[in-house]
Amino acid sequence: MSTTKRKSLIISPELCIGCRGCQTACKEWNQLSATKTTNKGTIENPPDLTPNLFNRIRYVEVPSETNPVRWLFVSQRCMHCDDAGCMKICPAPGAIYKTKEGIVAYDKEKCIGCKLCVAGCPFNIPRYDEKNKISKCHLCSDRVAEGLVPACAKTCPTGAISYGDRDDMLAKAHAAGYQKLYGQADLGGLGTLYAFKDAPKVYGMDENPAIPESVVFWHKVLKPLAYWGLGGAVAASLLHYVAFGPKKDEEVK
Amino acid sequence: MTNNWIDIKNSDVILVMGANPAENHPISMKWVLRAKEKGAKLIVVDPRFTRTAAKADIYAPMRSGTDIAFLGGMIKYILDNHLYFKDYVVNYTNAPFLVNPDFKGPGELKGLFSGYDEKTRKYDKKTWSYQMDEKGIPKKDPSLKDPNCVFQLLKKHYSRYKLDTVSSITGTPKEKLLEVYKTYASTGKPNRAGTELYAMGWTQHTVGTQNIRAMSVIQLLLGNMGMAGGGINALRGESNVQGSTDHGLLFHILPGYLPAPTASVVDLKTYIEKLTPKTKDPKSVNWWGNRPKYITSYLKAIYGNNATKDNDFGYAWLPKLDEGMNASWLMLFDQMFKGKLEGFFAWGQNPACSGANAGKVRKALAKLKWMVNVNLFDNETGSFWRAPGTNPAEIQTEVFMLPAASSVEKEGSITNSSRLAQWRTRAIPPIGESKPDSEIMNELYFRVKKLYKTKGSKFTAPIMNLTWNYGEKDKEGKIKAVDVHRIAKEINGYYLEDLFDNKVTPPKQLGKKGELCASFVTLQADGTTSCGNWIYSQSYTQKEDKVINMMARRKKTDTTGLGLYPEWAWAWPVNRRIIYNRASVDPQGRPWDPKRAVIKWNPNKLDPKTKKPAPGWDGDVPDGPAPPMADEKGKYPFIMRADGMGAIFGPGLADGPLPEHYEALECPLQENIMSKQRINPTIKLFYDKGKGSPEDIFISCDIRFPFVATTYRVSEHWQTGVLTRHQPWQLEMMPQQFVEISEELAKEKGIKSGEKVKVKSARGEVWAIAMVTKRFKPFKVAGSTVHQVGLPWCFGWQYPEDGSGGDSANLLTPTIGDANTMIPETKAFMVNVEKA
Repeated sequence: MSTTKRKSLIISPELCIGCRGCQTACKEWNQLSATKTTNKGTIENPPDLTPNLFNRIRYVEVPSETNPVRWLFVSQRCMHCDDAGCMKICPAPGAIYKTKEGIVAYDKEKCIGCKLCVAGCPFNIPRYDEKNKISKCHLCSDRVAEGLVPACAKTCPTGAISYGDRDDMLAKAHAAGYQKLYGQADLGGLGTLYAFKDAPKVYGMDENPAIPESVVFWHKVLKPLAYWGLGGAVAASLLHYVAFGPKKDEEVK
Repeated sequence: MTNNWIDIKNSDVILVMGANPAENHPISMKWVLRAKEKGAKLIVVDPRFTRTAAKADIYAPMRSGTDIAFLGGMIKYILDNHLYFKDYVVNYTNAPFLVNPDFKGPGELKGLFSGYDEKTRKYDKKTWSYQMDEKGIPKKDPSLKDPNCVFQLLKKHYSRYKLDTVSSITGTPKEKLLEVYKTYASTGKPNRAGTELYAMGWTQHTVGTQNIRAMSVIQLLLGNMGMAGGGINALRGESNVQGSTDHGLLFHILPGYLPAPTASVVDLKTYIEKLTPKTKDPKSVNWWGNRPKYITSYLKAIYGNNATKDNDFGYAWLPKLDEGMNASWLMLFDQMFKGKLEGFFAWGQNPACSGANAGKVRKALAKLKWMVNVNLFDNETGSFWRAPGTNPAEIQTEVFMLPAASSVEKEGSITNSSRLAQWRTRAIPPIGESKPDSEIMNELYFRVKKLYKTKGSKFTAPIMNLTWNYGEKDKEGKIKAVDVHRIAKEINGYYLEDLFDNKVTPPKQLGKKGELCASFVTLQADGTTSCGNWIYSQSYTQKEDKVINMMARRKKTDTTGLGLYPEWAWAWPVNRRIIYNRASVDPQGRPWDPKRAVIKWNPNKLDPKTKKPAPGWDGDVPDGPAPPMADEKGKYPFIMRADGMGAIFGPGLADGPLPEHYEALECPLQENIMSKQRINPTIKLFYDKGKGSPEDIFISCDIRFPFVATTYRVSEHWQTGVLTRHQPWQLEMMPQQFVEISEELAKEKGIKSGEKVKVKSARGEVWAIAMVTKRFKPFKVAGSTVHQVGLPWCFGWQYPEDGSGGDSANLLTPTIGDANTMIPETKAFMVNVEKA
């Protein structure tokens, strides 16, 4: 894949007004059903990503010296890592793959439902649907393949979610005064970049996201073994043990 | 809007007060943020730290209903520190006008202006007048020193709005007030522009009109009216509410803001004599002096050939208001509640949830004989008879549901806040039995006409004489399908005869019989032109044989660089993108700020056709073609005002020529800190000292209802939620009625975030989920702590069907309106919050 063609999103909380047009646009394009929610004392809803919620706005409150609070609106979704932990760990060939634009996409038909990608993801993104298949943001890979902008970026009224060639976007952000973007170099460079004004932890993000060691181990040592003779299912159970340890299956949602 | 949405990007300081654009007008924030990227400052003044406040450079909390105190303090700050734009104030406003020496203000009269009559709760405005010279023109003191000049009266009036006093009323900390004042007043220089964005947070108060007036005074003092990046900008709450207001939605105006006639205005001659503003000042354009042309052309448009000179162009067929009659929202529902109305069309609305004091509204609906609910979906209004707590057997109202087509299922124009009329095409045909509104009206018209014909009635002429040339007719003369282009053309107007300018020799032909009018400039008062709405004349026009729908234009050229896009659709009037733009230049016609020149006088301009010298204006369409004010033939900039000047002194309003702080009808204070007069003395009280219906009760300064409350919308729902509560994706984000309360109040009441609570007012009660938040903070008012809470009005009992959404916050709001407009005061009232 040529790096010059890699596409990315830049998410700018400074420009986000928390209107959640993106949250609805995503659901509309991907025809995702709604969850029956209740108000839990916050406007943030649903409280977490679900198999039917690929993108949501987190409403982060941090202390402020001049105002009652500092209120940050941050889109949470797949980061489309270049070095994608989910893809590395996935034992099912072709279930998680990268498009020519650098999108980490997936093929539900090929997913075997092992949930290893959940363990492989440093950002806790993949969810499993009612048929036990992976579900997450795929950057509207179907739209992108047709030369269209992802639904979230298309609908965003302020430019808080912008989309384009990754190199150009980075250059523009640098020119706009963002010396370093979140995800610029992490995990081989993320496809979802964040223009943060402050430390990532202020926005509720990990400072140094990394793929869990166990996944690296699998990728380097065990996965090649699998190709040599172990069947997918055997490999998966073995890996499952490596990734989660024994009897933890129940806890994985 | 005086300006337009895109123009917000040209601003140096944006004051958002009485609005929450990030949540209610999200697209506008694009332009706010573009301005910020260029270094503009965003100020948000709001009782609550909103999603807009989250983007602000300065956020100032302010108790609901105290905007005039806040802005009065700013006026004082501007005057005390000489931060006003003197050349602008002297030349373009009524600041130098000399007022009647008998005029007295609230500082002298315990909160009242001179002329108040306690019995009628009205002012005799005799003293709110100007001293006239021998020609009948207001006397002026350009030095602004005469103690009776408007400028000095302004100074005197606002000298009472001291920082301590203002802070004590508003609950805004003094340092925040100063920070806002200093930042906003920085736009008083010719090369700086400040804009104000407001919405229902300003209008829905008993002092709503005066809130906006106070800001108008500031904008005139700072020279921000007419400027790119300036102006006063009403963010309209519905996509076409500007259009519907333009076309006579309100009871007191006909299309194009022509006054609705009253009973004493017996004929067209009287209408013209009585209601046409006059001036004796040759430098004043007094555009409303053209009113005779507009009313006559309007009558010709609606009555066609039936309107003749001999029958007064059918003026007698226009409905007349009784003298002093107010037919606004609150009055309509009051009359309905009293059983005075037989039938009601609820057309594209949901008053059972949107109406102030919705409990009374729901009871009022039960007094009707019949109701027609025209909407996309059934709603709480159409189903009021089966609401929880009602017994359908006891309700005799017959309800009809007429399904309406949605905006994508019909063609037509839509006018946004920028006064921009944009043509929309139909995306899909209407679903099921639903019809576009125009088709429903077509059916109604012909059926009513048929009934009149066969059965007769007392006064059939207004219907029988209407023109209705909106499409092909069937055998019975009925229009088969409404062609909205024909409506748009009727609105634009036609030449009914060949029209000549006889002032030149030989007479120049202005228009050909049967052709569409070029603009309102060619409209006539003798019945030779028709025009459904003069401000829309030029929107659907004709050049030679070519008919052009100006509203359908989509060219993206922007020659000024200001984002005016003059060839994108069409803005009223005459495609002017920034109104009052003659005030953006000095008296010689040079832009105050050459870097954002809206218009500029060009003495070397050539006529594009003849290439002969034809001095004129470059840039936006100017407010009239006259040369700049300093020229011998020059004119004053504010052409819609009879005196041509921006009104710092505004004697036309019911409650005073200068805005004065009064408390909301329901407030937490026993006394107004500013004066002895607690509430606006001119508001109509529906309930007073135990008199009136119990539904209209209000309880102020009472321990039972100790907290200030306000209502609002959320970005996830649209108005009462009729369009969004059926939408699971929207409900997923915003599922239930909530009340935002401060952490301090929650602690006091033992309320936890996420638990159900009851919110009660003197009129009703709703349950809500407590949203305990740092975004509301207690206010320090008059030395004590005042808590404020807020809740949205987008929910209703009918949807979601399991009742999990709750009901409208309007069950709590009072029956009281602004003194001028009667817009209900739903943004400041008193409640209690208790654990459910």
